[in-house]
Amino acid sequence: MSTSFGKKLYKNAIHSFPLIILFLLVLTGFDLSFYFYDTNFSFNFIYIVIFYWILKKPERLGYGLIFLAGIIHDVVQNFPIGISSINFLLLCVIATFIRTRTLLPKLSYDWVLFFIAIIIISSINYNILTLVFERPIQYGTLMATSFITFLVYPIFSKIFNRVYIMDLRQENAE
Amino acid sequence: MASDPGRDDFIIAIRSAFLKKGTRQNFSLFTLLIVSILVLSLEYFKSGPVEKFRAITKDVIFKGSFFVSVPFVYIKDNYYTFQDHLKMYDEYKNLKVKNFDIESLNNQLEFYRSENIRLQKLIDERNIYSNDYLVSKVLLDQQSPFLKSVIINKGYQHGVKLGVAVKEKSYYVGKIINVNYLTSRILLATDLNSKIPVIVEPSSVNAILSGTGGNIYGELEFLPKLAEVNDGDIVYTSGVDGIISPAIPIGRIETKQDKKLVKFFVDYNQLKFIQVNN
Repeated sequence: MSTSFGKKLYKNAIHSFPLIILFLLVLTGFDLSFYFYDTNFSFNFIYIVIFYWILKKPERLGYGLIFLAGIIHDVVQNFPIGISSINFLLLCVIATFIRTRTLLPKLSYDWVLFFIAIIIISSINYNILTLVFERPIQYGTLMATSFITFLVYPIFSKIFNRVYIMDLRQENAE
Repeated sequence: MASDPGRDDFIIAIRSAFLKKGTRQNFSLFTLLIVSILVLSLEYFKSGPVEKFRAITKDVIFKGSFFVSVPFVYIKDNYYTFQDHLKMYDEYKNLKVKNFDIESLNNQLEFYRSENIRLQKLIDERNIYSNDYLVSKVLLDQQSPFLKSVIINKGYQHGVKLGVAVKEKSYYVGKIINVNYLTSRILLATDLNSKIPVIVEPSSVNAILSGTGGNIYGELEFLPKLAEVNDGDIVYTSGVDGIISPAIPIGRIETKQDKKLVKFFVDYNQLKFIQVNN
């Protein structure tokens, strides 16, 4: 009985992995920031999670739950409520568009398109925050964060790929 | 005339991305985007039922976030405890060479305090210094390049007011920028958007202390060009805004690359319990 319970738990954990990671990140506000030459840098892990899983298996992250994650992110990060939902959903739109246009997925292709996607999202984010809500935000820091997010994408893509394969194995075993 | 098939594919892909629900999805992205824009437009309402609902939502999310963060906070605390242990010997050596004459310092302090009260009475100065404070626990510590703030477990219900100063021990930490029913948000002095009116002693020069985004130093702005500000001078809140109590120590002046920086007394990585001025 304990073996079957363990298997069930493992299956659920693998199945819900993207959702668990996404909600852990938004609830804790964890951004993996680090100091380099007295400047605080960070990368946006949430963008990587959403982009990768919407490209690979969109049903693992429901759009409704992404919207909810955006609301929580705004509350935790003290942004105007709704702005992160717009960012995350626009990222989903771009990822879904790429998914429908891609016949043979390739990491290098995804990587370049991810860069374009986060540049578009960051620009929209910057414009809404500064023009509509008049919130001072450092453009340089925002762009540096986007660039670092772009640089680390392949590493996390490889890690998530392993989880994706484990999930596929589980599905095929059923 | 037939349209370009490539362009048609492109439009179909965009339309599909926006409007198609996809497998096991309850909403289309277009619907959710519209809902997000509607939610964002509610930011316009800063009072009334919308604000009440927003305060309750924030309380619920902050409490949930606190429970989810417990293991991460535990790891972080242990890391800093370990760091403290490593520094212990150096600190012991520093303290050994310092000569503390606490009793004489206390007597001096009492003398200056009574003198200050007497002088304030002479010039009819309104005293906004408050010894009344509320001890609060830090629920969430949000420190990213874009935001340096903490959430505490006291709100409207406990009498927390917007804009008041927050201290750790006797040092300035930040000010309240958002009050909900059970929780409040403090903008730390390290945040880029933090601007505090300060006075540098002993030269009594007024300036504005601005956060740099780093946890160690703040920057002095609007400092008069000929002002005599030296390394080691202490920076206090000036209280000229009429909200933040005056004379709360913030940090010590340090010059780096011809810039007058303020090294904070508070260790912003290890905030646990703080005092909210009432």
